[in-house]
Amino acid sequence: MDRTLADVADASDGRLLEIAEVTGTGADSRRLREIGFCTGAPVRFIRRAPLGDPAMYELRGALMSLRRSEARRIRVHRRAGA
Amino acid sequence: MTTLVRLRPTAPPRRPGRIAILGAPNSGKTTLFNALTGHRAKAGNYPGVTVDRREGELQARFGADDVRLIDLPGVYSLEPQSEDETVAVRVLEGGFGEPAPDGVVVVVDATTIERGLPLLAEATALGLPVCVALTMIDELKARHGEIDPQELQRELGVPVIGVVGNRGLGIDDLGALVSAPWDWTASPSLSRGGEGRTPEDRFAWAHRVLGACRRQAPEPNRWTRRLDRFLLHPVIGSAVFLAFVAFFFQAIFTWATPAMDFLSGLMDGLADRVLATLPDTAITRLAADGVIRGVGAVIVFLPQIVLLFTVILFLEACGYMARAAFVVDRVMGWVGLEGRCFIALLSSYACAVPGIMATRTIPSPRDRLTTILVAPFATCSARLPVYLLLIAAFIPADPVLGPFTWQGLTLMGLYFLGTGAALLSAAVFKRGLLRGASLPFYLELPPYRLPRPSDIALGVWDRAKLFLRRAGTIILAVSVVLWFLLNLPRRPADPELSDAENQRLVLEGSYAASAGRLLEPVFAPMDFDWRINVGLVASQAAREVMVATLAQIYAQEGQDEEGLGVLLSGSGEGGRAPLLSRASALALLVYFAFAMQCMSTLAVIRRETGGWRWPAFTFAYMNGLAWLSAWLTFVLASAVGA
Repeated sequence: MDRTLADVADASDGRLLEIAEVTGTGADSRRLREIGFCTGAPVRFIRRAPLGDPAMYELRGALMSLRRSEARRIRVHRRAGA
Repeated sequence: MTTLVRLRPTAPPRRPGRIAILGAPNSGKTTLFNALTGHRAKAGNYPGVTVDRREGELQARFGADDVRLIDLPGVYSLEPQSEDETVAVRVLEGGFGEPAPDGVVVVVDATTIERGLPLLAEATALGLPVCVALTMIDELKARHGEIDPQELQRELGVPVIGVVGNRGLGIDDLGALVSAPWDWTASPSLSRGGEGRTPEDRFAWAHRVLGACRRQAPEPNRWTRRLDRFLLHPVIGSAVFLAFVAFFFQAIFTWATPAMDFLSGLMDGLADRVLATLPDTAITRLAADGVIRGVGAVIVFLPQIVLLFTVILFLEACGYMARAAFVVDRVMGWVGLEGRCFIALLSSYACAVPGIMATRTIPSPRDRLTTILVAPFATCSARLPVYLLLIAAFIPADPVLGPFTWQGLTLMGLYFLGTGAALLSAAVFKRGLLRGASLPFYLELPPYRLPRPSDIALGVWDRAKLFLRRAGTIILAVSVVLWFLLNLPRRPADPELSDAENQRLVLEGSYAASAGRLLEPVFAPMDFDWRINVGLVASQAAREVMVATLAQIYAQEGQDEEGLGVLLSGSGEGGRAPLLSRASALALLVYFAFAMQCMSTLAVIRRETGGWRWPAFTFAYMNGLAWLSAWLTFVLASAVGA
């Protein structure tokens, strides 16, 4: 298993990633977690918007888009076997 | 905490039941609500907040009388952060002067069931009876996924009904179920899920429930992926987006025009008929010029509003609207707004009233307020008649370069001026007045789906009614008041003079004229005389009223609206002196581009922001900017000798 941690903003291919933690405090991080970006959840980068930001991710069967500034808060590692 | 088990035949309360329908955005909630109520709903507002309120009665064919359904706003969670969530929680806890509902139907999209169950857990924690409507079962099967509602029901302990809202499958069962909420009970597992304090707890619980259900997750939606590859492609996607904006303008300006012309012709014809057939009294003229033309000023916008919302709701339901927001988000980010604000601003080019109504999809209250405050700068269709009159009269039609003429460039410049003012003020507000932590940006991109025509028709109908009620009453009222101001005090007609001449004398002595003269010091720096000021006063009903009022003021023998431009610019054959210099005309154009002259927009801002504070602010800052810019324009234009 790849131990290198990065944020989901750096993802640029369709490999399955696992959320390690959502950094930041208070309401902001809570909101991201409530829409499903929480520790342990599998997430996959799908594509960037034509102008480069925001980006679209597959999360628990839905397509969610986040700006780079939010995606930076979501630390991920590669899923075992992916 | 939660009531766990209720013994079955305790005497159930036999009073009218109120059932709330709760679900995430795009979960199929609206389709379900429409199917249960038979497309009959009362749309309105929750007091003091701006969230849409929809209520309807359960159709009698489901076998129960007096069950009222409340369509709650689409929310991801019951953590009261956004206005939508606050409203949902308040309704569920029994706020707004009404008791808590007797039960909650939680709508869960079967294709993203993992994301829907945490909301169910949160709803359960409120202690109300809950049941689950599992939507998009057909889509789940088409994508080779599987879930058995029976098994899910066993795990959760509450009734679970699989429905396909589009085809009415399961609707009868659901209808029968919601008539007896006192029979719903939650299992201990569900209650424990509701006790989870963090989102992680609730997702983990959902994961365990689904694990016990032998559920097969669906494959990715192939159609959506394929379409996205095309519609969100860096080059093709941008082109599609620009085509979408062009289509939008084409629809609201070109396609709506015949219907708008027809309606305004119809109302004018009716007013003329009334004037011609009934005895010429003050009452007749009030009816014709005040009421009938006032109603005309409202309904002339209706084709545009209907078309606008048909396009918006269709694109929203089929999934492209979220993509458009996704594509343009970066650009909106430069001024501190987000993709969803773009749609509202775009709508404002038809009319700021529906544009402001469309801001309800913006989750962040600050972004929403900013959009509301700057939307009236968009060049709405009511400004066009004024622009066209002044441009035709004062700007030469000479070609500049290729197909471009000075007239065309001026009109385009005015559009840019409005757009620039909107974006710049947004940037200023977001950096100053409305600065502060906002919700993180997130946008769900729903799968592409074929919308149900009846859902769209109902949505358009609701909004058209809302427009007529909010804008219509104001425009009509202002139109009637203006008629009085322009025609009082009465003055005996002089038989020596022509009708038009008499009319002009009444106007010159009217209260409106006094107001115009009172305003003279304000607009003297731009060289507007009292007659232009009367037009500015009158255009508070709706901007295009300026044209008709000026025509009335300058009414002289043989002069009609077409002659008005000639008269203003003094370009007629008689060599008459111009009534307005070109520098003043340019200043007037700029004034119209920026000024807040629309009572209905102010009224809608008041409704949407819940008080007079923001409409007063909008009025002050827009008119301040308009005056300053008009004055600058006048000074500059005079300096270069225009």
